[in-house]
Amino acid sequence: MSAGVLFDAPGPRTVARHRLYSILGSVVLAVFVALALWRLYERGQFEFDKWEPFLTPRYITALLVDGLLTTLQMAFSAVIGAVVLGVVLGVGKLSDHALVRWPSWAIVEFFRAVPVLLLMIFIFYAYGIDRGDSGAYWSVVIALVLYNGAVLAEVFRAGILAVPQGQAEAAYAIGMRKTQVTNIVLLPQAVKIMIPAIISQCVVALKDTSLGYAVAAPGLTKVGQAIYQQFGNQVPTVFVLAALYIAANVALTMIANKVQKRFVGEKKVLQVSQVGGADGRDRMHI
Amino acid sequence: MDAVLDNLDAVVRAFTYTLLLFLISGVLSLVLGTALAALRVGPVSVLRLAASAYVTIVRNTPLLIVLIFFRIAAPKIGLNFNFVDVQFGDIRLNNLFTACVVGLTVYTAAFVCEAIRSGINAVQLGQAEAARAIGLPFAGVMREVVLPQAFRASVPPLASVQIALLKNTTVAGALGVFEAFARMRSLNNDYATQRIEIFLVFAFVFVVLVEVLSFIANRLERRWRIA
Repeated sequence: MSAGVLFDAPGPRTVARHRLYSILGSVVLAVFVALALWRLYERGQFEFDKWEPFLTPRYITALLVDGLLTTLQMAFSAVIGAVVLGVVLGVGKLSDHALVRWPSWAIVEFFRAVPVLLLMIFIFYAYGIDRGDSGAYWSVVIALVLYNGAVLAEVFRAGILAVPQGQAEAAYAIGMRKTQVTNIVLLPQAVKIMIPAIISQCVVALKDTSLGYAVAAPGLTKVGQAIYQQFGNQVPTVFVLAALYIAANVALTMIANKVQKRFVGEKKVLQVSQVGGADGRDRMHI
Repeated sequence: MDAVLDNLDAVVRAFTYTLLLFLISGVLSLVLGTALAALRVGPVSVLRLAASAYVTIVRNTPLLIVLIFFRIAAPKIGLNFNFVDVQFGDIRLNNLFTACVVGLTVYTAAFVCEAIRSGINAVQLGQAEAARAIGLPFAGVMREVVLPQAFRASVPPLASVQIALLKNTTVAGALGVFEAFARMRSLNNDYATQRIEIFLVFAFVFVVLVEVLSFIANRLERRWRIA
């Protein structure tokens, strides 16, 4: 339901009232922004030396290469691993054999319910702690693969189930075997429906790479931390880090929307049941 | 197992902090998120724009950055929570705790707003049209007809938002609140040989908490389902 249905085309009095609200709203927002800016100014957050690192080529390179690029690499490795794990677990959950189905179900439920940070620190202590930067890097990646893989398993399962039943029936009718039906008929069609959900999961993975902070993994947060510890410019650094993350995520979301239009059309997005079985009617990954 | 049993009081205290973080920011984020959702579907375009800007910005920022802002950056501009210092027995709610609650609330509210908006979108068009046809103004349409149905429809997405919040409280542990994650890390340091048991215990408690939440959500959904 679009917002337009909720209220009538306004008459003259309502138009006047809405104009009043608009003006009041603008004033309140403007005052709020002005106060925030004034507070920042008053505390010297606009002074040049606070922002100098972000105008110095050496630090810009550090932020973009050691920071953003490493973060993107981490997210990318995590997503690749998660897709593979997701296919395995998702198909496993649909298996005809209880021996495959139940373990897949248990693994998916476990890794979806355990906070990523607990997984990360566990893997870090078990594997990464004596391996320096690369140990921390892979601890983050492995934790993200397990978590996002479990989430994607649900996406794949829902995607395969969303393929019209006649497709599988027709495939069986021309004599295909179970594996062939899944590999040749169902999966290719399911992938098309799932691409937007997978890309939106990429946004989640990208945001979660920041949790590497807890195990001192390389990436944007670590570079940012080093910068604010050296210059004492916490506020500008947080703004710059947030801006970089937002830019990357907005770009990803835009790609997701494009891909959605291209492959799925304007149809409703894939419905995925949420953690622990509460059936979600909307894609709400955090 | 000894590691956990010997420190049972500390572990229980840690999970109390986790639950307090979850409950307080859960309630606050519901309030703030509902207000944002109202602005987002309302007739005033300036406020609609502001609310959607808020959602876009917060949704695309990692929670850790939001928490770092309130915990580390905000005190530099005089935005601190030193006025909060409450003690109940062993549980002490201080400025760090409050900063994390504020951060979690600000972050989760954006997702609550989206969940409620998706609930509003799920209400059938005819409902709002009928409400308008009998002469209800915008506030009446929302209060009497749309929101009661929208809240029912948004129970599942809201539940998944709150479950995510429960898991997200661990991020506060990385920033100085001694909740479950921080306690697990310190136990890991003290009992290096029992890492696996420690992890399994903490993970198991989270699995149970998540299952309880989703059970409640399922019951609520079934109970409030529109015939």
